[in-house]
Order: sequence, then C-alpha cells, then structure tokens
Amino acid sequence: MRKADIRSFAMIGGLILIWIIFTILTDGTFLSARNISNLIVQMAVVAILGTGMVLVIVTGNIDLSVGSLVGLAGGVAAALMVWEDWGTIPTILFVLALGTVLGMLQGFATVYMGIPAFIVTLGGMMAFRGMLLGITKGISIAPMNNDYKMLGTEYLPPLAGYVLAAIAIAVISYILISRRISRIRHQLPTEPVARLVLKLVIIAGLILAFIIVVNFYKGLPIPVLIMLTIMTILSIVAGNTKLGRYIYAIGGNLQAAKYSGVNVRRVVLSVFTINGLVAAIAGIVLSARLNAGSPAAGMMMELDAIAAAVIGGTSLAGGVGKVYGAILGALIMASLDNGMSMMNLDAFWQYIVKGLILVLAVWFDVSMKKKGG
Amino acid sequence: MPVLRFGFWENRRAALDKEGWAMNENDYILELKDITKEFPGVRALDRVNLRVRRGEVHGLCGENGAGKSTIIKILSGVYPHGTFEGEIVIDGVPQVFGGTTDAERAGVVCIHQELALVNELTVQENIFLGNEPTRMGLIDWNELYRKTKELLDQLDLKIDPTDKVKDLGVGQQQLVEIAKALSKNAKILILDEPTSALTEHEVEILLGIVRKLRQNGVTCIYISHKLNEIYEICDTVSVLRDGQYIGTKPIQELKRDELIYMMVGRKLEMLFPREPHERKELSLEVRNFTVYDALNPNRKRVDGVSLKAYKGEILGISGLIGSGRTELVTAIFGAYPGRKEGEVYIDGVKADIRSPVDAVRMGLALVSEDRKKFGLVLDMSVANNITLSSLDKLAKLLLRSDVEIIYAEKYISQLRIKTASTEVPVKNLSGGNQQKVVIGKWLMTDPKILILDEPTRGIDVGAKTEIYKIMNELVSAGVTVIMVSSELEEILGISDRILVMSEGRIVAELDYREATQEKIMHFATGGH
Ligand SMILES: Nc1ncnc2c1ncn2[C@@H]1O[C@H](COP(=O)(O)OP(=O)(O)OP(=O)(O)O)[C@@H](O)[C@H]1O
Ligand SMILES: [Mg+2]
Repeated sequence: MRKADIRSFAMIGGLILIWIIFTILTDGTFLSARNISNLIVQMAVVAILGTGMVLVIVTGNIDLSVGSLVGLAGGVAAALMVWEDWGTIPTILFVLALGTVLGMLQGFATVYMGIPAFIVTLGGMMAFRGMLLGITKGISIAPMNNDYKMLGTEYLPPLAGYVLAAIAIAVISYILISRRISRIRHQLPTEPVARLVLKLVIIAGLILAFIIVVNFYKGLPIPVLIMLTIMTILSIVAGNTKLGRYIYAIGGNLQAAKYSGVNVRRVVLSVFTINGLVAAIAGIVLSARLNAGSPAAGMMMELDAIAAAVIGGTSLAGGVGKVYGAILGALIMASLDNGMSMMNLDAFWQYIVKGLILVLAVWFDVSMKKKGG
Repeated sequence: MPVLRFGFWENRRAALDKEGWAMNENDYILELKDITKEFPGVRALDRVNLRVRRGEVHGLCGENGAGKSTIIKILSGVYPHGTFEGEIVIDGVPQVFGGTTDAERAGVVCIHQELALVNELTVQENIFLGNEPTRMGLIDWNELYRKTKELLDQLDLKIDPTDKVKDLGVGQQQLVEIAKALSKNAKILILDEPTSALTEHEVEILLGIVRKLRQNGVTCIYISHKLNEIYEICDTVSVLRDGQYIGTKPIQELKRDELIYMMVGRKLEMLFPREPHERKELSLEVRNFTVYDALNPNRKRVDGVSLKAYKGEILGISGLIGSGRTELVTAIFGAYPGRKEGEVYIDGVKADIRSPVDAVRMGLALVSEDRKKFGLVLDMSVANNITLSSLDKLAKLLLRSDVEIIYAEKYISQLRIKTASTEVPVKNLSGGNQQKVVIGKWLMTDPKILILDEPTRGIDVGAKTEIYKIMNELVSAGVTVIMVSSELEEILGISDRILVMSEGRIVAELDYREATQEKIMHFATGGH
C-alpha cells in the first residue's frame, strides 16, 4: 500500500474512532442526522480556509492573515448591504475582489519585496483586523440581505442532493476506471480489480450515506456545497494543472524549480491570490451564517485552518500535502468540538484535546517517514 | 602540485611487519554472506557475497543501480538489521547493527555518496558532532580545536577548524568528511564515490590519504566509476551487476576490458565515440561577460569573457574547479544570484536573460553540476521530474497523465534509466540514474542550446558512452552543445573545440586535434 493511502486510512480510522466514542458517550445523539448536519455546517468555514492553506503551505509559505480576512470580508459585506443598501450580487463580487486583491498584495510583498510570508501575513492579520474594527466601529452590523443570508443557512432540496450525489459517483467512477485503463495501456502496476470495485463501492456508499443522512434532516447545507465545490476545484488545480505541479515542485526544491525554468514568483503570487479569494468566500459563508458582520469574526481561524491542513497531512516543510486532507482535518477538529460540547465539557478541554490531536498527527507523519527510510 | 607516488607495496609491507602480522591470504576482516535487500518493486541485492581482506583497499564497481550504495548502507547500519537478509561478519564475529552508531562502534565508518555535513556549523563542530569533548558538561572548545587541528594535520589539510563548512569547496568538504570518519577510529572505511565532485588536485590529496590509511592498517572499500582511480588505488576489485555478485579479482590480474565486461555484461565499443561534425551558423555569442560573486560583490568570478558557440559543434570548457566555469554558464542561463555585466546574443539577436524562465523560453537548457540541489525535486516521481520543464507539452489547461507517461517512458528507455516505474520518487533512484533523469528533463525541452555542467558525474562507463552518443546526435540535429567538464579525457575525447578557463578568464582556445592533457593543464594552471 502506498504511504499516502496508509495516511488517509489512518485519518479516516481516527475519525471513525472519534465518532464511535462520542456516539457511545452521547447515547447516539452525536450520530443523529440533525447533529451531523450541524457538525458539517460548523466545519465548513475552517475547511474552506484549510483547502487554500494547503496550497500556501505546500509552496513552503504560510498565511496568517486569513482569519482577519474572513472577518473583514464579512464586515465589509455587512456594511455595504446594511449601511449602503448594496444588492447581494454586487456586494459579493466586491468582497471577492477585495479578498483577491489583499491576497495578491501580500503575495507581492512576499515574492517581489522579499519579505518572509510569515511576517507579511502577520502584518496582514493585524492590519485587516484593524480595518474591520474601523469599518464596523467595533459593533456587529446586521441583518444581512435575505438572499445573502441563504448562502449560510439554506439547504439544497433533497432531490437536488440525490442528483448531485449520482453525478459525483458517476464522475468518480469514470475517473478511476479510465485511469486504470490508461495505466494498463502503459503497463503500470494496477491494483486488483476486486480492490478497485471495493473502493468504488465504498466511495459510492459513503457519498450515498452522506446524502441520505443530510436529506433526512433538511438537505445538503449550502455552506457544505460551497466547501465541496472549492475542494474539487482546488484539487484539480493541485493535481492536474501546470500551476499545481509547479506548486509542489517549488515546495519540494525551490532551487531546482527555479533552475527548471519555473516562474517561481508568479506561482507563489498566484497561490496567495487564490488564498485571498478563498478567504473572502469563507468570510461570506461565515457572515451569512451569522447573519451579521461582526468585529470578532474569524478570530484565530487562521490557526484552525493551518491545523486542519497539517492534520490532513500537509507538511510545513513544503512540497507535501493534499487538498482533501484539509477537509478531513477540519472534520476531525469539528467532531471533537461538537462532541465535547454535546457532553457539556468545559471549553478548555476542547483546546487541550485539539492541541494533542494536532501533535499526534504530525508525530504519526514523522514516524512514518522514518520507517519509509 | 606534484603527484604523490608512494612506493606503497614497500611501505605497506614495512608497516605490516612492524605491527607483527603479515598479509594473510585468508585473513578476512569483513565477510558479507548472502545479502539480499528488496525495495518495493526492485531487488537491489540478490544473495551477494563479499569478502574483504585486512588492510587492503577493496574496489567496488558496477553500473548505476547495480547495488553498490545499497550494500554499503547495509554494512554501515543505515539499513538496520532485519531490513535485509544475510549476515555481516567482522573479524569472524557475526554483527547485528541496529543503526549507524552500532556499525561505528564495530569500526565501520562510511562516507556516503551524499555528503552529510551541517553547513552552518564549523569544521570542528562537524567533525565531533555528537562526540564533543566536554568539561563539566560544557563543550571544551580548546580541546575541540586541538583535536580537530591534530586530525587535519594528520591529513595535511590546510583548513581552519573554525571555518564554517558552507564556506568550503565541495572538495574540502569531502576531506572534512574523511577527517570526521577518522575521528571515529575507523577500522573499515568506506568511500562511496568520494571523488565525483573533486578536482584532479583534490583527488590526488584524497588518494594520498587513502594510501596513508592503508599503511596504518585501515581497510578501505572504495566505490568509483572512474577506472583510473580504481587502478591507481585498489588492491582488489569486486563487481556487482544488477544486484548480483559477479566476482572478485586482484587488480594486477584484471585488465580494463575485462573489468568493464564484468560490469556491463557486454563488450563496450569506444568510450568516446568521435564523429565528424560540421560547424554551422553562430548560435550563441557572449561578449565581455563579467559575473560578480553572489556574496562578495567586489569579487569577480568571471572576468570579461567573450565566447562563440556554433550549431553543429560540441564546445568543451575546461579548467580547474573554481575557475569560473560554473558561474559563467549559470549566469548565461540567468540562474546565478550575483550581478552580471555583458551581452549575450542568440542567433544574432541580443538576448536579455534575467532568469531561467527567459532562458528556457529562448531554447537554452542547463544540466547543472549539482543534481540534488538544482536538478531534481527528490520527492517527486521520475515522470514528474522529467516533464517539469516542458509541461506545455502535456496539454494546455489540464495536464494529461497518459501523455506524461509516454514522454517519461521515452527518456527512460533512451537514457536507460534504471527505475521500477515512472511513478517512483526520484530519490529512490541510484545516484547515476538520478543524473540521467536531469538530462532527460532537458532533452524533453528540445533545446537549441544545451549546456551540460559535469554531465557524467557519477555515471557508469556504459552510460557515459550513451550520453556522448546522444550529444553527438543532438549536434547532428543542429543543436549547439556546450560541455563543462573537469575530466580531461572527456573534454579531449568528445569536444570539437576546447576553451580553457583560469581565474575567471578564458585563457586558451584549442582545436581538439591540437589539444593534449598537458596543454590544457598548462593553461588551466595559469601558464601562458
Ligand atoms: N530507498 C529506495 N527505494 C526503492 N528503491 C531503491 C531505494 N534505494 C535504492 N533503490 C534501488 O536499488 C537499486 C540499487 O541502487 P544503488 O543506489 O545501490 O545503486 P548504485 O550501485 O550505488 O548506483 P550508482 O552508481 O548510480 O550510485 C537501484 O535500482 C535503485 O533504484
Ligand atoms: Mg551509488
């Protein structure tokens, strides 16, 4: 089995273990459709941030500003809609552009001015929070436009959910099967047919089970739909585009990438820009869910995003990491939060346990690396 | 510096007599029995048996990927007991090594193909890393200095113990590695391609040190693709091929042809396939090119160089390491970090190359001398590395992995890269095969001007010839090939025209028909 597979299985195994424990401890309420639905809505914002963060970390950089950017995006949206009476679409476009530009500026400072990303984005984290406080004058701005609010609170009708699930299953099967055919054509080692079938059955089963559970409650939450869309797009970028290949090459060996004719600056700039856009989307989702732009929104979320990426297998040394890993990482953390608060444990426990899980995950990576030689 | 020629047999015998034991035919210090080592998809070693006599220099030869480094890693505890099959016997006692420290305790010390020094630490800190002399729990700096100085003096090295390793040349770093090995009281010293990055002068120093060690009764295992060295230094040679043990012979009884035959399993035609080339249009012209040191902007690494390279010829650039050859070519390629002045013309048009991005777009390719640092993304697969500079060929928006595999396979077979598949991380390949991957990467860009900096470093004899043939083919197809090399034989054997550099300047231009080793050395060392 490949190392990446072992890691995915270990993560999913850990997740299932956590779920089993909480299900027992809460007499089954943890696994209720309603709670699962809540859980994934809770995780969506951090998961979205995590997917963008994976790309940044893979290039060997870091972005500490996304938490503040989430807050700023929500605050600006609220100010525009509540105070300036902007419509929903213009507001969203403006906020997305804002995030993109701020991400690009930070990328510019990092690659063209040579300031380490840690410092640039630490500055961004403070400055964006300051802007947010200035714009909101330190108070929550509410309520948002109704259709804006839907982005954070609505659900896809059950039927649409089933259709989406069917499409997803079909596409995944097509990809896996055609990849297998092409591998056979090139005489590359392939897994046994039985294993492929099993894999497909498990994936299809998981997708179906997921959609049935959320439909059992109210349907697929829009924030989760947004999260899955971003994950899909960024996975394709990472795995199937030139940009993605360059991202991994830069993180793996910056000098070699440079000597190979990779335009390193442009790639890193693109990654920061994408990450700014992703943070703005996360900000929109969060403010829509809260139905307000609040000066404290997104506080510390950059650290959750980093933790999600790292628990999901991204290496801070750069060069290694998968976009979907951040989703799993965020899910693990959200499960811990959710389960522990259902058990009425004090909030401090959540911090302690999440901290331990983070360290444990990295320890797992380190020891795997050692074994692999 | 004059070549140090010890009358070593005499010295040796004297040394041995003094110690009170004579060379015994069957006095084996080391026996490896039935060693088998498998990696996913490859059997790197297949029931290999190897016996090394006490006090000899034992050469280990074989093609790239034959398993030389692997057997050395087993012997020195890098692959610990249990990760391979077979037995290590030292002085008649079976050994169980859980790691390199165990091996070192048993007297086996290895200098690996990849140097393992900490760049930011000083020479003395590196040599005694993990072994520092202490006083009351604190490092005893005076003692550390004294012991290091003593070691370096023993080796006749004029290196200051307090220099940082990163400030030394690769050659000196290699010698520091040896000092480090000696500080561990090695009984069996293993050198895995120690000279691949050294100048001829440094090679002589190193060989001198090995001879001295032999006089002192240290047994050495010496791996190299340079047969000259093998013949100069080894008493006995063993050969591996495709993970199998082929045989062991005393060097006097082993003709060169026979050794090569043992290594590659077939007769090799000429090592340097010279083909008549016809010089065509001017392709690259460099005028008044000056390059300043990256760290010290007052120091010129390249000083007012002008040169012309033509389509249809191989231009060789010779010179000692440090003469500015690498700086010249990396600066032309836009990759050198220091400031540069002067003009570059490609096909008669002024080319403003500010970064490798520009260079690649204009049809330049540079196989750099340090594959680990500048050539490869080690964690990426063989295919990903080969295609890294030509992703445009794999489709516009989305990369097509099937096309990628086709390209990768093309270069794998063309260059005979030994790898289990296109998907193996390139770090799992043997050193020489990694070098071939870098060459494949640049071939895939269909360059107009191909610059190769030490292209055959660490590459076996058979593969060398392959690479020369490819250079010839490219030249026939109208590519301009520029080759920087420290190996005089290679420069003489393959280039059409030879430039000699010394202290940042081009001091001579020779046609291959008039060039000789002596002439080149004369100019390279500053003669006129
Ligand atoms: N960690 C690893 N994982 C998988 N395969 C490996 C690994 N290390 C070595 N191999 C394979 O084992 C074989 C022997 O490699 P080894 O490094 O011993 O060759 P070598 O004789 O030292 O060659 P070279 O002269 O090129 O240095 C090669 O086919 C190589 O690809
Ligand atoms: Mg080797």
